[in-house]
Amino acid sequence: MSENYVPSSKFGKWFNDRLPLLTLSKHLTDYPTPKNLNYWWTFGGILTFCLISQIITGIVLGMHYVAHADMAFNSIEHIMRDVNYGWLIRYIHSNGASMFFLAVYIHIFRSLFYGSYKSPREIIWILGMLIYLLMMATAFMGYVLPWGQMSFWGATVITNLFSAIPLVGESITNWLWGGFAVDNPTLTRFFSLHYLFPFLILGLVVLHIWALHVPGNNNPVGIDIKKPSKDTVPFHPYITIKDLFALLVFMIIFSGFIFFAPNILGHSDNYIEANPLVTPKHIVPEWYLLPFYAILRSVPDKLGGVILLFASIFILIALPWLDSSKVRSAIFRPVYKIFFWILVIDVLALGYVGAMPAEGLYLLVARVATIYYFAHFLIILPILSRIEKTEPVPLSITEPVLGGMPKTEMIRSDKKNV
Amino acid sequence: MDKPEKKNNRRDFLFTASYTIGAVGLGATIWPLIDQMNPDSSVKALSTTEVDISQIQPGKSITVLWRGKPVFIKRRTSEEISEAQSVSLDELPHPEKDQDRAKKPEWLVMLGICTHLGCVPLSDKGEYNGWFCPCHGSHYDTSGRIRKGPAPTNMEVPKYTFIDDNTIKIG
Repeated sequence: MSENYVPSSKFGKWFNDRLPLLTLSKHLTDYPTPKNLNYWWTFGGILTFCLISQIITGIVLGMHYVAHADMAFNSIEHIMRDVNYGWLIRYIHSNGASMFFLAVYIHIFRSLFYGSYKSPREIIWILGMLIYLLMMATAFMGYVLPWGQMSFWGATVITNLFSAIPLVGESITNWLWGGFAVDNPTLTRFFSLHYLFPFLILGLVVLHIWALHVPGNNNPVGIDIKKPSKDTVPFHPYITIKDLFALLVFMIIFSGFIFFAPNILGHSDNYIEANPLVTPKHIVPEWYLLPFYAILRSVPDKLGGVILLFASIFILIALPWLDSSKVRSAIFRPVYKIFFWILVIDVLALGYVGAMPAEGLYLLVARVATIYYFAHFLIILPILSRIEKTEPVPLSITEPVLGGMPKTEMIRSDKKNV
Repeated sequence: MDKPEKKNNRRDFLFTASYTIGAVGLGATIWPLIDQMNPDSSVKALSTTEVDISQIQPGKSITVLWRGKPVFIKRRTSEEISEAQSVSLDELPHPEKDQDRAKKPEWLVMLGICTHLGCVPLSDKGEYNGWFCPCHGSHYDTSGRIRKGPAPTNMEVPKYTFIDDNTIKIG
Protein backbone atom coordinates (compact mmCIF):
# COMPACT_ATOMS: atom_id res chain seq x y z
CA MET A 1 0.00 0.00 0.00
CA SER A 2 1.00 3.58 -0.61
CA GLU A 3 1.56 4.29 3.10
CA ASN A 4 4.68 2.09 3.08
CA TYR A 5 5.83 3.33 -0.29
CA VAL A 6 9.58 3.93 -0.66
CA PRO A 7 10.74 5.71 -3.82
CA SER A 8 13.34 3.77 -5.78
CA SER A 9 15.72 6.64 -6.53
CA LYS A 10 17.94 8.13 -3.87
CA PHE A 11 16.80 11.68 -4.61
CA GLY A 12 13.19 10.56 -4.59
CA LYS A 13 13.63 9.05 -1.17
CA TRP A 14 15.43 12.18 0.10
CA PHE A 15 12.63 14.39 -1.21
CA ASN A 16 9.79 12.15 -0.11
CA ASP A 17 11.12 11.99 3.45
CA ARG A 18 10.82 15.78 3.58
CA LEU A 19 7.61 16.28 1.58
CA PRO A 20 5.70 13.06 0.83
CA LEU A 21 4.40 14.14 -2.57
CA LEU A 22 5.53 10.87 -4.14
CA THR A 23 3.54 8.95 -1.54
CA LEU A 24 0.51 11.02 -2.49
CA SER A 25 0.99 10.34 -6.18
CA LYS A 26 1.46 6.63 -5.45
CA HIS A 27 -1.77 6.71 -3.46
CA LEU A 28 -3.58 8.35 -6.38
CA THR A 29 -2.32 5.87 -8.98
CA ASP A 30 -2.89 2.77 -6.84
CA TYR A 31 -6.20 3.98 -5.38
CA PRO A 32 -8.40 0.87 -5.43
CA THR A 33 -11.54 1.58 -7.47
CA PRO A 34 -14.59 -0.66 -7.84
CA LYS A 35 -14.26 -2.49 -11.11
CA ASN A 36 -17.92 -2.13 -12.07
CA LEU A 37 -17.98 1.66 -12.32
CA ASN A 38 -19.99 2.71 -15.37
CA TYR A 39 -19.72 5.84 -17.49
CA TRP A 40 -21.89 7.86 -15.07
CA TRP A 41 -18.83 7.74 -12.81
CA THR A 42 -16.64 9.61 -15.30
CA PHE A 43 -18.19 13.00 -14.59
CA GLY A 44 -15.95 13.70 -11.59
CA GLY A 45 -12.98 13.81 -13.92
CA ILE A 46 -14.97 15.78 -16.49
CA LEU A 47 -15.91 18.33 -13.83
CA THR A 48 -12.28 18.72 -12.79
CA PHE A 49 -11.48 19.43 -16.42
CA CYS A 50 -14.30 21.98 -16.58
CA LEU A 51 -13.04 23.82 -13.51
CA ILE A 52 -9.45 23.98 -14.75
CA SER A 53 -10.58 25.05 -18.21
CA GLN A 54 -12.77 27.83 -16.74
CA ILE A 55 -9.92 29.04 -14.53
CA ILE A 56 -7.41 29.15 -17.40
CA THR A 57 -9.72 30.85 -19.91
CA GLY A 58 -10.97 33.18 -17.15
CA ILE A 59 -7.48 34.33 -16.23
CA VAL A 60 -6.78 35.01 -19.90
CA LEU A 61 -10.04 36.95 -20.35
CA GLY A 62 -9.20 38.98 -17.25
CA MET A 63 -6.13 40.27 -19.09
CA HIS A 64 -8.36 41.99 -21.68
CA TYR A 65 -11.60 42.71 -19.86
CA VAL A 66 -12.24 46.11 -18.24
CA ALA A 67 -14.45 46.06 -15.16
CA HIS A 68 -16.13 49.43 -15.50
CA ALA A 69 -19.76 50.19 -16.28
CA ASP A 70 -18.75 52.48 -19.18
CA MET A 71 -16.20 50.14 -20.70
CA ALA A 72 -17.13 46.56 -19.83
CA PHE A 73 -19.52 46.04 -22.74
CA ASN A 74 -17.05 47.43 -25.27
CA SER A 75 -14.17 45.47 -23.80
CA ILE A 76 -16.12 42.26 -24.49
CA GLU A 77 -16.54 43.31 -28.12
CA HIS A 78 -12.83 44.14 -28.12
CA ILE A 79 -12.09 40.62 -26.95
CA MET A 80 -14.40 39.19 -29.63
CA ARG A 81 -13.02 41.26 -32.53
CA ASP A 82 -9.49 42.45 -31.77
CA VAL A 83 -7.79 40.11 -29.33
CA ASN A 84 -6.00 37.19 -31.00
CA TYR A 85 -8.24 34.14 -30.55
CA GLY A 86 -10.29 36.25 -28.14
CA TRP A 87 -13.52 34.92 -29.66
CA LEU A 88 -12.37 31.35 -29.07
CA ILE A 89 -11.33 31.92 -25.49
CA ARG A 90 -14.52 33.77 -24.63
CA TYR A 91 -16.73 31.14 -26.27
CA ILE A 92 -14.88 28.39 -24.39
CA HIS A 93 -15.47 30.32 -21.17
CA SER A 94 -19.14 31.16 -21.72
CA ASN A 95 -20.10 27.74 -23.10
CA GLY A 96 -17.78 26.16 -20.55
CA ALA A 97 -20.07 27.43 -17.80
CA SER A 98 -23.01 25.63 -19.41
CA MET A 99 -21.02 22.43 -19.92
CA PHE A 100 -19.86 22.66 -16.29
CA PHE A 101 -23.47 22.75 -15.11
CA LEU A 102 -24.53 20.02 -17.53
CA ALA A 103 -21.83 17.79 -16.06
CA VAL A 104 -22.61 18.74 -12.47
CA TYR A 105 -26.30 17.94 -12.92
CA ILE A 106 -25.46 14.51 -14.32
CA HIS A 107 -23.01 14.03 -11.44
CA ILE A 108 -25.67 14.97 -8.86
CA PHE A 109 -28.37 12.79 -10.37
CA ARG A 110 -25.84 9.91 -10.56
CA SER A 111 -25.42 10.37 -6.85
CA LEU A 112 -29.18 10.39 -6.32
CA PHE A 113 -29.70 7.20 -8.35
CA TYR A 114 -26.92 5.15 -6.80
CA GLY A 115 -27.32 6.53 -3.26
CA SER A 116 -23.80 7.93 -3.17
CA TYR A 117 -24.86 10.53 -0.59
CA LYS A 118 -25.58 7.87 2.03
CA SER A 119 -23.41 6.86 4.97
CA PRO A 120 -20.42 6.95 5.07
CA ARG A 121 -20.31 9.56 2.29
CA GLU A 122 -22.44 12.39 3.77
CA ILE A 123 -19.51 14.81 4.00
CA ILE A 124 -18.62 14.23 0.35
CA TRP A 125 -22.22 15.05 -0.54
CA ILE A 126 -22.34 18.20 1.60
CA LEU A 127 -19.03 19.43 0.18
CA GLY A 128 -20.44 18.76 -3.27
CA MET A 129 -23.54 20.83 -2.49
CA LEU A 130 -21.34 23.71 -1.25
CA ILE A 131 -19.38 23.49 -4.49
CA TYR A 132 -22.69 23.61 -6.40
CA LEU A 133 -23.81 26.70 -4.45
CA LEU A 134 -20.50 28.46 -5.14
CA MET A 135 -20.79 27.46 -8.80
CA MET A 136 -24.19 29.14 -9.02
CA ALA A 137 -22.87 32.31 -7.35
CA THR A 138 -19.81 32.34 -9.62
CA ALA A 139 -21.84 31.78 -12.77
CA PHE A 140 -24.34 34.46 -11.81
CA MET A 141 -21.61 37.04 -11.19
CA GLY A 142 -19.81 36.04 -14.36
CA TYR A 143 -22.98 36.58 -16.37
CA VAL A 144 -23.14 40.16 -15.04
CA LEU A 145 -19.65 41.08 -16.26
CA PRO A 146 -20.43 41.64 -20.00
CA TRP A 147 -22.80 44.40 -18.80
CA GLY A 148 -25.48 43.63 -21.36
CA GLN A 149 -29.20 44.00 -20.75
CA MET A 150 -29.59 40.48 -19.34
CA SER A 151 -26.50 41.00 -17.19
CA PHE A 152 -27.89 44.17 -15.69
CA TRP A 153 -31.46 43.03 -15.17
CA GLY A 154 -30.48 39.56 -14.04
CA ALA A 155 -28.28 41.20 -11.42
CA THR A 156 -31.11 43.51 -10.44
CA VAL A 157 -33.65 40.72 -10.01
CA ILE A 158 -31.31 38.36 -8.15
CA THR A 159 -29.91 40.98 -5.76
CA ASN A 160 -33.46 42.18 -5.12
CA LEU A 161 -34.23 38.72 -3.74
CA PHE A 162 -32.50 39.92 -0.58
CA SER A 163 -34.83 42.93 -0.33
CA ALA A 164 -37.53 40.45 0.67
CA ILE A 165 -35.86 40.03 4.07
CA PRO A 166 -37.96 41.94 6.61
CA LEU A 167 -36.49 45.13 8.19
CA VAL A 168 -32.90 44.87 6.94
CA GLY A 169 -33.66 43.90 3.33
CA GLU A 170 -33.08 47.34 1.85
CA SER A 171 -29.83 47.91 3.78
CA ILE A 172 -28.57 44.55 2.56
CA THR A 173 -29.35 45.27 -1.08
CA ASN A 174 -27.71 48.71 -0.87
CA TRP A 175 -24.70 47.05 0.72
CA LEU A 176 -24.56 44.45 -2.05
CA TRP A 177 -24.87 47.13 -4.73
CA GLY A 178 -22.62 49.74 -3.14
CA GLY A 179 -25.26 52.23 -4.19
CA PHE A 180 -28.99 52.60 -4.65
CA ALA A 181 -29.18 50.47 -7.77
CA VAL A 182 -26.98 48.04 -9.69
CA ASP A 183 -24.18 50.23 -11.01
CA ASN A 184 -20.42 50.47 -11.40
CA PRO A 185 -19.57 49.56 -7.77
CA THR A 186 -21.66 46.40 -8.20
CA LEU A 187 -19.81 45.47 -11.39
CA THR A 188 -16.34 45.91 -9.91
CA ARG A 189 -17.08 43.85 -6.80
CA PHE A 190 -18.69 41.11 -8.88
CA PHE A 191 -15.55 40.97 -11.01
CA SER A 192 -13.37 40.70 -7.92
CA LEU A 193 -15.48 37.91 -6.44
CA HIS A 194 -15.95 36.14 -9.77
CA TYR A 195 -12.16 35.88 -9.90
CA LEU A 196 -11.93 34.63 -6.31
CA PHE A 197 -14.71 32.04 -6.14
CA PRO A 198 -13.27 29.47 -8.59
CA PHE A 199 -10.27 29.14 -6.32
CA LEU A 200 -12.56 28.56 -3.34
CA ILE A 201 -14.28 25.90 -5.47
CA LEU A 202 -10.87 24.39 -6.22
CA GLY A 203 -10.16 24.19 -2.48
CA LEU A 204 -13.51 22.51 -1.85
CA VAL A 205 -12.85 20.10 -4.73
CA VAL A 206 -9.63 19.02 -3.02
CA LEU A 207 -11.61 18.37 0.19
CA HIS A 208 -14.36 16.63 -1.84
CA ILE A 209 -11.80 14.23 -3.34
CA TRP A 210 -10.01 13.78 -0.03
CA ALA A 211 -13.30 12.87 1.65
CA LEU A 212 -13.97 10.49 -1.26
CA HIS A 213 -10.66 8.72 -0.78
CA VAL A 214 -11.47 7.85 2.84
CA PRO A 215 -14.33 5.37 2.19
CA GLY A 216 -13.56 4.99 -1.55
CA ASN A 217 -15.98 5.17 -4.44
CA ASN A 218 -19.55 4.01 -4.24
CA ASN A 219 -20.45 1.71 -7.16
CA PRO A 220 -23.46 0.77 -9.26
CA VAL A 221 -24.56 -2.06 -6.95
CA GLY A 222 -23.98 0.22 -3.98
CA ILE A 223 -22.43 -2.35 -1.65
CA ASP A 224 -19.40 -1.97 0.59
CA ILE A 225 -16.43 -3.78 -0.90
CA LYS A 226 -13.07 -4.87 0.41
CA LYS A 227 -10.20 -2.72 -0.83
CA PRO A 228 -8.05 -3.76 -2.47
CA SER A 229 -9.59 -7.04 -3.55
CA LYS A 230 -10.73 -8.80 -6.69
CA ASP A 231 -13.60 -6.31 -6.70
CA THR A 232 -11.26 -3.40 -7.33
CA VAL A 233 -8.81 -2.20 -9.96
CA PRO A 234 -6.06 0.39 -9.49
CA PHE A 235 -7.10 3.91 -10.51
CA HIS A 236 -4.25 4.05 -12.99
CA PRO A 237 -4.39 2.98 -15.77
CA TYR A 238 -7.91 1.50 -15.64
CA ILE A 239 -9.92 4.53 -14.51
CA THR A 240 -7.65 7.19 -15.96
CA ILE A 241 -8.07 5.79 -19.48
CA LYS A 242 -11.83 5.38 -19.06
CA ASP A 243 -12.17 8.94 -17.70
CA LEU A 244 -10.04 10.21 -20.54
CA PHE A 245 -12.21 8.51 -23.14
CA ALA A 246 -15.37 9.97 -21.59
CA LEU A 247 -13.70 13.37 -21.45
CA LEU A 248 -12.92 13.19 -25.18
CA VAL A 249 -16.56 12.44 -26.00
CA PHE A 250 -17.59 15.29 -23.71
CA MET A 251 -15.15 17.63 -25.47
CA ILE A 252 -16.62 16.73 -28.85
CA ILE A 253 -20.02 17.94 -27.64
CA PHE A 254 -18.39 20.97 -25.98
CA SER A 255 -16.62 21.82 -29.26
CA GLY A 256 -19.90 21.46 -31.10
CA PHE A 257 -21.28 24.32 -29.04
CA ILE A 258 -18.12 26.45 -29.27
CA PHE A 259 -17.70 26.20 -33.03
CA PHE A 260 -21.21 25.68 -34.38
CA ALA A 261 -23.66 27.24 -31.92
CA PRO A 262 -21.69 29.45 -29.53
CA ASN A 263 -24.65 31.66 -28.65
CA ILE A 264 -27.46 29.14 -28.60
CA LEU A 265 -27.41 28.85 -24.81
CA GLY A 266 -27.14 32.59 -24.26
CA HIS A 267 -29.74 35.31 -24.66
CA SER A 268 -29.53 37.74 -27.58
CA ASP A 269 -30.56 40.66 -25.33
CA ASN A 270 -27.16 40.43 -23.69
CA TYR A 271 -25.64 41.87 -26.86
CA ILE A 272 -27.47 45.12 -26.05
CA GLU A 273 -25.59 47.31 -23.59
CA ALA A 274 -27.07 47.62 -20.10
CA ASN A 275 -29.73 50.32 -19.81
CA PRO A 276 -31.08 51.07 -16.33
CA LEU A 277 -34.18 52.71 -17.83
CA VAL A 278 -35.49 49.82 -19.90
CA THR A 279 -36.20 46.31 -18.69
CA PRO A 280 -36.19 43.63 -21.40
CA LYS A 281 -39.65 42.24 -22.15
CA HIS A 282 -38.85 38.77 -20.94
CA ILE A 283 -36.14 38.25 -18.33
CA VAL A 284 -34.78 34.74 -17.98
CA PRO A 285 -31.70 33.49 -16.19
CA GLU A 286 -29.24 31.11 -17.81
CA TRP A 287 -30.74 27.68 -18.47
CA TYR A 288 -29.03 26.01 -15.52
CA LEU A 289 -30.85 28.23 -13.03
CA LEU A 290 -34.31 27.91 -14.62
CA PRO A 291 -35.76 25.26 -12.25
CA PHE A 292 -35.06 27.51 -9.26
CA TYR A 293 -36.43 30.52 -11.11
CA ALA A 294 -39.64 28.58 -11.75
CA ILE A 295 -39.92 27.81 -8.03
CA LEU A 296 -39.41 31.50 -7.20
CA ARG A 297 -42.13 32.59 -9.60
CA SER A 298 -44.61 29.90 -8.61
CA VAL A 299 -45.24 31.62 -5.26
CA PRO A 300 -47.50 34.70 -5.41
CA ASP A 301 -45.81 36.18 -2.31
CA LYS A 302 -42.40 37.87 -2.56
CA LEU A 303 -40.84 36.67 0.70
CA GLY A 304 -42.45 33.24 0.32
CA GLY A 305 -40.99 32.83 -3.16
CA VAL A 306 -37.52 33.74 -1.97
CA ILE A 307 -37.70 31.39 1.02
CA LEU A 308 -38.85 28.52 -1.19
CA LEU A 309 -36.06 29.24 -3.69
CA PHE A 310 -33.37 28.94 -1.02
CA ALA A 311 -35.14 26.02 0.65
CA SER A 312 -35.13 24.08 -2.62
CA ILE A 313 -31.32 24.17 -2.61
CA PHE A 314 -30.68 23.73 1.12
CA ILE A 315 -33.07 20.79 1.34
CA LEU A 316 -30.54 18.82 -0.71
CA ILE A 317 -27.95 19.18 2.05
CA ALA A 318 -30.28 17.32 4.43
CA LEU A 319 -30.83 14.51 1.93
CA PRO A 320 -28.60 11.89 3.63
CA TRP A 321 -30.88 12.12 6.67
CA LEU A 322 -34.17 12.34 4.79
CA ASP A 323 -33.52 9.06 2.98
CA SER A 324 -32.80 6.44 5.62
CA SER A 325 -32.86 3.35 3.41
CA LYS A 326 -29.78 1.24 4.03
CA VAL A 327 -29.72 0.04 0.43
CA ARG A 328 -27.85 2.57 -1.63
CA SER A 329 -28.35 1.70 -5.27
CA ALA A 330 -31.72 2.26 -6.94
CA ILE A 331 -31.10 -0.99 -8.81
CA PHE A 332 -32.32 -2.80 -5.70
CA ARG A 333 -35.01 -0.24 -4.79
CA PRO A 334 -37.82 -0.85 -7.31
CA VAL A 335 -40.15 1.85 -5.98
CA TYR A 336 -37.45 4.47 -5.36
CA LYS A 337 -36.30 3.95 -8.93
CA ILE A 338 -39.72 5.08 -10.19
CA PHE A 339 -39.76 8.15 -7.94
CA PHE A 340 -36.21 8.97 -9.02
CA TRP A 341 -37.30 9.22 -12.63
CA ILE A 342 -40.39 11.22 -11.68
CA LEU A 343 -38.06 13.67 -9.91
CA VAL A 344 -35.91 13.93 -13.05
CA ILE A 345 -39.01 14.73 -15.11
CA ASP A 346 -40.22 17.13 -12.41
CA VAL A 347 -36.95 19.11 -12.46
CA LEU A 348 -36.92 19.17 -16.26
CA ALA A 349 -40.52 20.44 -16.22
CA LEU A 350 -39.55 23.17 -13.74
CA GLY A 351 -36.72 24.15 -16.05
CA TYR A 352 -39.09 24.33 -19.00
CA VAL A 353 -41.75 26.47 -17.32
CA GLY A 354 -38.97 28.64 -15.83
CA ALA A 355 -38.19 29.74 -19.38
CA MET A 356 -41.85 30.46 -20.16
CA PRO A 357 -43.95 33.45 -19.03
CA ALA A 358 -45.39 33.00 -15.54
CA GLU A 359 -49.05 32.79 -16.50
CA GLY A 360 -51.89 30.41 -17.24
CA LEU A 361 -50.99 26.78 -17.71
CA TYR A 362 -47.27 27.40 -17.22
CA LEU A 363 -47.90 28.84 -13.79
CA LEU A 364 -50.09 25.89 -12.87
CA VAL A 365 -47.43 23.40 -13.99
CA ALA A 366 -44.79 25.37 -12.07
CA ARG A 367 -46.87 25.20 -8.90
CA VAL A 368 -47.61 21.49 -9.18
CA ALA A 369 -43.96 20.74 -9.98
CA THR A 370 -42.75 22.88 -7.06
CA ILE A 371 -45.04 21.10 -4.63
CA TYR A 372 -43.92 17.75 -5.98
CA TYR A 373 -40.24 18.73 -5.67
CA PHE A 374 -40.63 19.41 -1.97
CA ALA A 375 -42.91 16.42 -1.46
CA HIS A 376 -40.27 14.15 -2.98
CA PHE A 377 -37.70 15.12 -0.37
CA LEU A 378 -39.90 15.81 2.64
CA ILE A 379 -42.65 13.19 2.33
CA ILE A 380 -41.92 10.51 -0.24
CA LEU A 381 -38.28 9.76 0.63
CA PRO A 382 -38.65 9.58 4.44
CA ILE A 383 -41.70 7.30 4.18
CA LEU A 384 -40.48 5.23 1.26
CA SER A 385 -37.10 4.55 2.85
CA ARG A 386 -38.89 2.98 5.81
CA ILE A 387 -41.51 0.88 4.06
CA GLU A 388 -39.96 -0.05 0.72
CA LYS A 389 -39.29 -3.76 0.17
CA THR A 390 -35.87 -3.80 -1.42
CA GLU A 391 -34.44 -6.56 -3.54
CA PRO A 392 -31.57 -8.77 -2.35
CA VAL A 393 -28.16 -7.15 -2.60
CA PRO A 394 -25.18 -9.22 -3.83
CA LEU A 395 -22.36 -9.99 -1.43
CA SER A 396 -19.67 -8.74 -3.74
CA ILE A 397 -19.27 -7.29 -7.21
CA THR A 398 -17.57 -10.43 -8.49
CA GLU A 399 -19.86 -13.01 -6.92
CA PRO A 400 -22.96 -12.72 -9.13
CA VAL A 401 -20.77 -12.69 -12.25
CA LEU A 402 -18.47 -15.61 -11.48
CA GLY A 403 -20.85 -17.69 -9.42
CA GLY A 404 -23.59 -17.86 -12.07
CA MET A 405 -26.94 -17.57 -10.37
CA PRO A 406 -26.48 -16.22 -6.85
CA LYS A 407 -26.92 -18.84 -4.18
CA THR A 408 -29.70 -17.97 -1.80
CA GLU A 409 -27.60 -18.60 1.29
CA MET A 410 -25.02 -16.14 -0.06
CA ILE A 411 -27.55 -13.38 -0.46
CA ARG A 412 -28.27 -11.10 2.40
CA SER A 413 -31.36 -9.00 2.57
CA ASP A 414 -31.12 -5.43 3.74
CA LYS A 415 -33.89 -6.10 6.22
CA LYS A 416 -31.62 -8.42 8.19
CA ASN A 417 -28.14 -7.11 8.51
CA VAL A 418 -26.67 -4.67 6.07
CA MET B 1 -7.97 15.63 43.07
CA ASP B 2 -10.14 18.72 42.74
CA LYS B 3 -8.39 22.03 42.53
CA PRO B 4 -10.04 24.74 44.58
CA GLU B 5 -11.83 27.09 42.21
CA LYS B 6 -10.53 30.23 43.89
CA LYS B 7 -6.99 29.50 42.76
CA ASN B 8 -7.97 29.92 39.11
CA ASN B 9 -9.70 33.24 39.46
CA ARG B 10 -6.87 35.49 38.36
CA ARG B 11 -6.11 33.32 35.37
CA ASP B 12 -9.82 33.09 34.47
CA PHE B 13 -9.99 36.85 34.56
CA LEU B 14 -7.00 37.10 32.23
CA PHE B 15 -8.54 34.60 29.80
CA THR B 16 -11.91 36.33 29.76
CA ALA B 17 -10.32 39.75 29.38
CA SER B 18 -8.09 38.52 26.54
CA TYR B 19 -10.97 36.88 24.69
CA THR B 20 -13.10 39.99 25.06
CA ILE B 21 -10.40 42.38 23.87
CA GLY B 22 -9.55 39.96 21.07
CA ALA B 23 -13.17 39.78 19.95
CA VAL B 24 -13.57 43.56 20.04
CA GLY B 25 -10.33 43.99 18.10
CA LEU B 26 -11.40 41.41 15.52
CA GLY B 27 -14.77 43.11 15.12
CA ALA B 28 -13.14 46.51 14.75
CA THR B 29 -10.85 45.08 12.07
CA ILE B 30 -13.61 43.33 10.12
CA TRP B 31 -16.06 46.26 10.17
CA PRO B 32 -14.11 48.46 7.68
CA LEU B 33 -13.87 45.48 5.35
CA ILE B 34 -17.65 45.08 5.45
CA ASP B 35 -18.56 48.76 5.45
CA GLN B 36 -16.42 49.53 2.39
CA MET B 37 -19.13 47.79 0.35
CA ASN B 38 -21.82 50.27 1.43
CA PRO B 39 -22.68 53.21 -0.87
CA ASP B 40 -19.63 55.51 -0.90
CA SER B 41 -19.48 59.30 -0.57
CA SER B 42 -19.44 59.91 -4.32
CA VAL B 43 -22.59 57.84 -4.76
CA LYS B 44 -24.36 59.57 -1.88
CA ALA B 45 -23.30 63.00 -3.20
CA LEU B 46 -25.46 62.56 -6.30
CA SER B 47 -28.57 62.65 -4.19
CA THR B 48 -30.64 65.35 -5.92
CA THR B 49 -31.76 65.84 -9.50
CA GLU B 50 -33.64 68.82 -10.95
CA VAL B 51 -36.02 68.15 -13.81
CA ASP B 52 -37.67 70.52 -16.26
CA ILE B 53 -41.27 69.35 -16.73
CA SER B 54 -42.59 72.13 -18.96
CA GLN B 55 -42.52 70.02 -22.13
CA ILE B 56 -44.60 67.11 -20.85
CA GLN B 57 -48.06 66.89 -22.41
CA PRO B 58 -51.07 65.57 -20.44
CA GLY B 59 -51.15 61.79 -20.49
CA LYS B 60 -47.43 61.57 -21.22
CA SER B 61 -44.61 60.70 -18.90
CA ILE B 62 -40.84 60.96 -18.81
CA THR B 63 -38.30 58.82 -17.06
CA VAL B 64 -35.28 60.41 -15.42
CA LEU B 65 -32.37 58.82 -13.60
CA TRP B 66 -31.97 59.61 -9.91
CA ARG B 67 -29.33 57.80 -7.86
CA GLY B 68 -29.05 55.27 -10.69
CA LYS B 69 -32.75 54.53 -10.43
CA PRO B 70 -35.44 55.46 -12.95
CA VAL B 71 -38.03 57.99 -11.75
CA PHE B 72 -41.34 58.29 -13.58
CA ILE B 73 -42.79 61.78 -13.87
CA LYS B 74 -46.28 61.52 -15.30
CA ARG B 75 -48.64 64.33 -16.18
CA ARG B 76 -51.93 62.61 -15.61
CA THR B 77 -55.15 63.28 -17.50
CA SER B 78 -58.26 64.17 -15.54
CA GLU B 79 -59.73 60.71 -16.20
CA GLU B 80 -56.64 59.08 -14.77
CA ILE B 81 -56.78 61.32 -11.70
CA SER B 82 -60.43 60.61 -11.05
CA GLU B 83 -59.84 56.90 -11.61
CA ALA B 84 -57.02 56.96 -9.07
CA GLN B 85 -58.96 59.00 -6.52
CA SER B 86 -62.21 57.06 -6.77
CA VAL B 87 -60.75 53.67 -5.80
CA SER B 88 -61.89 52.47 -2.40
CA LEU B 89 -58.99 51.76 -0.06
CA ASP B 90 -60.45 48.33 0.72
CA GLU B 91 -59.61 47.17 -2.79
CA LEU B 92 -55.90 47.92 -2.38
CA PRO B 93 -53.33 45.38 -1.18
CA HIS B 94 -51.27 48.31 0.11
CA PRO B 95 -53.82 51.02 0.99
CA GLU B 96 -52.66 54.55 0.23
CA LYS B 97 -54.77 57.51 -0.86
CA ASP B 98 -53.91 59.04 -4.20
CA GLN B 99 -53.86 62.44 -2.47
CA ASP B 100 -51.02 61.19 -0.27
CA ARG B 101 -49.00 60.00 -3.23
CA ALA B 102 -49.23 63.03 -5.53
CA LYS B 103 -48.52 66.51 -4.19
CA LYS B 104 -50.29 68.02 -7.18
CA PRO B 105 -52.91 65.64 -8.59
CA GLU B 106 -51.74 66.38 -12.14
CA TRP B 107 -48.20 65.23 -11.45
CA LEU B 108 -47.34 61.72 -10.30
CA VAL B 109 -43.68 61.33 -9.33
CA MET B 110 -42.47 57.90 -8.27
CA LEU B 111 -39.58 55.47 -8.51
CA GLY B 112 -40.10 53.43 -11.67
CA ILE B 113 -39.09 50.27 -9.94
CA CYS B 114 -41.32 47.30 -9.41
CA THR B 115 -41.33 46.55 -5.69
CA HIS B 116 -41.14 42.83 -6.44
CA LEU B 117 -37.65 42.32 -7.83
CA GLY B 118 -36.67 45.70 -9.22
CA CYS B 119 -37.63 45.65 -12.91
CA VAL B 120 -38.87 48.80 -14.65
CA PRO B 121 -42.64 48.50 -15.30
CA LEU B 122 -44.08 49.47 -18.69
CA SER B 123 -46.39 52.48 -18.72
CA ASP B 124 -50.00 52.48 -20.00
CA LYS B 125 -50.15 48.71 -19.70
CA GLY B 126 -51.83 46.23 -17.45
CA GLU B 127 -55.34 45.65 -16.26
CA TYR B 128 -55.58 48.91 -14.31
CA ASN B 129 -54.41 51.33 -17.06
CA GLY B 130 -51.31 52.20 -15.08
CA TRP B 131 -48.13 50.17 -15.25
CA PHE B 132 -47.36 46.53 -15.84
CA CYS B 133 -44.14 44.79 -14.86
CA PRO B 134 -43.10 42.34 -17.60
CA CYS B 135 -40.78 40.36 -15.34
CA HIS B 136 -43.22 38.65 -13.04
CA GLY B 137 -46.58 40.16 -13.93
CA SER B 138 -47.39 42.87 -11.37
CA HIS B 139 -50.19 45.31 -12.29
CA TYR B 140 -50.18 48.91 -10.99
CA ASP B 141 -52.98 51.49 -11.27
CA THR B 142 -52.84 55.12 -12.40
CA SER B 143 -51.50 56.09 -8.99
CA GLY B 144 -48.71 53.48 -9.17
CA ARG B 145 -50.39 51.34 -6.53
CA ILE B 146 -50.05 47.57 -6.67
CA ARG B 147 -53.33 45.93 -7.65
CA LYS B 148 -52.44 42.43 -8.81
CA GLY B 149 -49.34 40.24 -8.91
CA PRO B 150 -46.41 39.32 -6.67
CA ALA B 151 -45.18 42.84 -5.78
CA PRO B 152 -45.76 43.49 -2.08
CA THR B 153 -46.11 47.31 -2.03
CA ASN B 154 -46.97 50.34 -4.15
CA MET B 155 -44.25 51.93 -6.21
CA GLU B 156 -42.24 54.18 -3.94
CA VAL B 157 -42.69 57.97 -4.00
CA PRO B 158 -39.32 59.68 -3.52
CA LYS B 159 -38.84 62.98 -1.72
CA TYR B 160 -39.45 65.77 -4.20
CA THR B 161 -40.40 69.44 -4.23
CA PHE B 162 -41.77 71.79 -6.86
CA ILE B 163 -39.17 74.56 -7.18
CA ASP B 164 -41.56 76.40 -9.52
CA ASP B 165 -44.36 75.34 -11.87
CA ASN B 166 -41.92 73.91 -14.38
CA THR B 167 -39.20 72.38 -12.25
CA ILE B 168 -39.15 69.45 -9.86
CA LYS B 169 -36.27 68.72 -7.54
CA ILE B 170 -36.01 65.03 -6.66
CA GLY B 171 -34.17 64.03 -3.52
